Amino acid sequence: MQIEAKNISFRYRENTPWILKNVSLKIEEGERVGLVGPSGYGKSTLVKILAGYLKPTKGEVLLDGKPLPKKGVSPVQLIYQHPEKAINPRWKMKKVLQESGMLRDEVMDALGIERDWLERYPRELSGGELQRFCVARSLFEGTHFLFADEMSTMLDVIAQAQIWNLMLKEAEEHRLGLLMVTHNHYLAEKICTRTIHLEAINTTGGKHGKERTDKV
Amino acid sequence: MKNESILSVKNLSVSFHMYEKGLEQYDLKVISNMTLDVRPGEIVAIAGSSGSGKSLLAHAVMGLLPENAVISGEISYKGKILSQKDKEKLRGKEFALVPQSVSFLDPLMKVEAQVRGPKPDKAKIETQKEIFKRFQLDEKTEKLYPFQLSGGMARRVLVSTAVISGAEVIIADEPTPGLDLDMAMEALKVFRELADEGKAVILITHDIDLAFHMADRIAVFYAGTTVEMADAEDFRQGELVLRHPYSKALWRALPQNGFEPIPGFQPYAKYLPKGCLFSPRCRYKTKECEEKIPMREVRGGYVRCIHAD
Amino acid sequence: MSNTAAVSAGTKSEKLQINRRTKTIFFAVLIFAVLFSVYLAGALLSDDLIQADFSKKGLPPSLEHPFGTDMLGRDMLVRTIKGLSVSILVGVVASTASAVIALIVGVAAATGTSWLDHFINWVIDLVMGIPHTVLLILISFACGKGFKGVLIGVAVTHWTGLARIIRSEVLQIRSQQYIEVSKKLGHSSWWITVHHILPHMIPQFVIGLILMFPHAIMHESSLTFLGFGLSPEQPAIGIILSESMKYLSTGMWWLAFFPGLVLVMIVLLFDRLGENVKKIVDPYSAHE
Repeated sequence: MQIEAKNISFRYRENTPWILKNVSLKIEEGERVGLVGPSGYGKSTLVKILAGYLKPTKGEVLLDGKPLPKKGVSPVQLIYQHPEKAINPRWKMKKVLQESGMLRDEVMDALGIERDWLERYPRELSGGELQRFCVARSLFEGTHFLFADEMSTMLDVIAQAQIWNLMLKEAEEHRLGLLMVTHNHYLAEKICTRTIHLEAINTTGGKHGKERTDKV
Repeated sequence: MKNESILSVKNLSVSFHMYEKGLEQYDLKVISNMTLDVRPGEIVAIAGSSGSGKSLLAHAVMGLLPENAVISGEISYKGKILSQKDKEKLRGKEFALVPQSVSFLDPLMKVEAQVRGPKPDKAKIETQKEIFKRFQLDEKTEKLYPFQLSGGMARRVLVSTAVISGAEVIIADEPTPGLDLDMAMEALKVFRELADEGKAVILITHDIDLAFHMADRIAVFYAGTTVEMADAEDFRQGELVLRHPYSKALWRALPQNGFEPIPGFQPYAKYLPKGCLFSPRCRYKTKECEEKIPMREVRGGYVRCIHAD
Repeated sequence: MSNTAAVSAGTKSEKLQINRRTKTIFFAVLIFAVLFSVYLAGALLSDDLIQADFSKKGLPPSLEHPFGTDMLGRDMLVRTIKGLSVSILVGVVASTASAVIALIVGVAAATGTSWLDHFINWVIDLVMGIPHTVLLILISFACGKGFKGVLIGVAVTHWTGLARIIRSEVLQIRSQQYIEVSKKLGHSSWWITVHHILPHMIPQFVIGLILMFPHAIMHESSLTFLGFGLSPEQPAIGIILSESMKYLSTGMWWLAFFPGLVLVMIVLLFDRLGENVKKIVDPYSAHE
């Protein structure tokens, strides 16, 4: 499988500056791609568009030549920077896994999810623990691409190394395509088979401040 | 740099009085026996992951903890132990907090008004202009609203606010989220300058790379306690020079130093282990680790571990 | 407050005081019990107690008739309780209906398409724009007055404020990341509404519902007082008050004083109940 961004341009409203302009890239199954670049160049925006969370103003995202499915389980799953925002704070962790049907022993074992966490609420777990749930619930049979937007930025370096080692194992086993956004070039070097410098392919000049992309 | 510490925190513990589901209440101990000291002219970085209590420490120092917080231990400034009233008096005058992002500025107020504070006199306006010049913020910046500032400008405006207050102790809470190391270093140059002028700077960050490169000393926090405090130089040199097993593990888990994580997790405040908070993940654990672990001096640094040498 | 004082205050509250939440629940239950027994008393008291008895007409308050009697010799205490009982019933039914309307409308506005949102907002503005009493009178009159007219009138005019609150809450939750994630995990809008959104709405719903009671009761009484509500045969506070107007000038103050006073007390009790429940279900009070 292959995911392709074709001439993507994006801005929030008319007459506002472009955040992305004519960005094209391809990612193959089994590849591990790092998306790097200074803040303000639209890394997060591009990943959201690729995962189908945002609609590009111009251009299209193709999965094996076809548009991304609008309904049903998405073959492209996104892991966010702040796991505590990506999980319903009123749900026990058990329900978080049930939501995607991943309350399964093999999944929990693969990600080192301990059984007594299942009865806890999100605020009773650390960022690294929560992030494992976010990965676990995304590992469907039909998941072909995992995108990670600064997935480990808020974690301590030990939790970061833990979760990436798990991710690499899963990606290997299921031949997932991996796209990671990071500002840590050591991390990108360690994990990726190739890196894309967004400032080289996005021609906007990147001026629209970081704060704005974060809120989307 | 052998001068006295200007701010010191000794055995600080903070717990919150919380409701369980229903009627039962319990105390959630979020900070236990935390220790820290800062001297004028240095940057002390507090490194620790979320949940290690680093932001709460800042709030405790500023006297900003909510009412259900139960505090013990002492925080002293220039040798005097501070009461809640003292903290409120010193806040904004002697202590200044540099928050994370522009969202802490009033969106409807021009930058100049916020930086100068209410009822500025001539002298204050003069200082503000000087400080802006120093941080390369041109005159037009004064008339802008927060949303018109770029990320870098906003950061410099936030720092100016702290500088203008004339505070002796400046606490920066995660001032560079999501910047790569070079950019973050560039952005934090102002703190270096402030320290060189004799201010004491506390830099709270979860990015230990940054702490290694910016700070003079580093305090490593784990599960709400200080596990090690030492010269940043030791952290740059690496594993062998470090004292606490957690600091060593942090160093080894960095992508550039092996990327090898130790197993296990930082415990949640409700399920703290007995004695050494790190012991469940430590390979040097012995029976003695279940006792109370004091902070002790080892090779010029401080460490909360009985096995460190 | 010094640090040591904070510590001792913390331990003291554990040993000596019952915690705030327990107290709040205790009061909530007590108020609920009072209101419920007033309702039951009114429903169970026999009508024989308020048969006309001209030998006792117009008596001022005494031990035998604490609230006095009216011009037909009926005991005012019994009439007041029966009236309150009807008021409470109308209040409960009408505000429940109103709160359910608010929940459905509020969720629909925030979940649905944009034309639906615009339409609902327009209706809310319309209902809020017409003077409240006028709208109540019109609806009650159009529905044939009486118990049914009052019920419908109160039910369809009180949902707007709560609907707005619920709409904005739902909008806020729908913008959360976990909702986006849920969509990508293949869940439908309906599933998300039921599992993610509605549970978040329970506190707003319950508090809104209870705080609507006082309004409903007051409006029922005023409608009846003006003659557009319950019929004169029914024991209702509004009827009692409007009757008493005729005799006030003759110095029979007790006809209006006690029923009015008790009505205000009931309304305040409901208000208190609402505030207490708010403290219990409001997640932000978890730290007190």
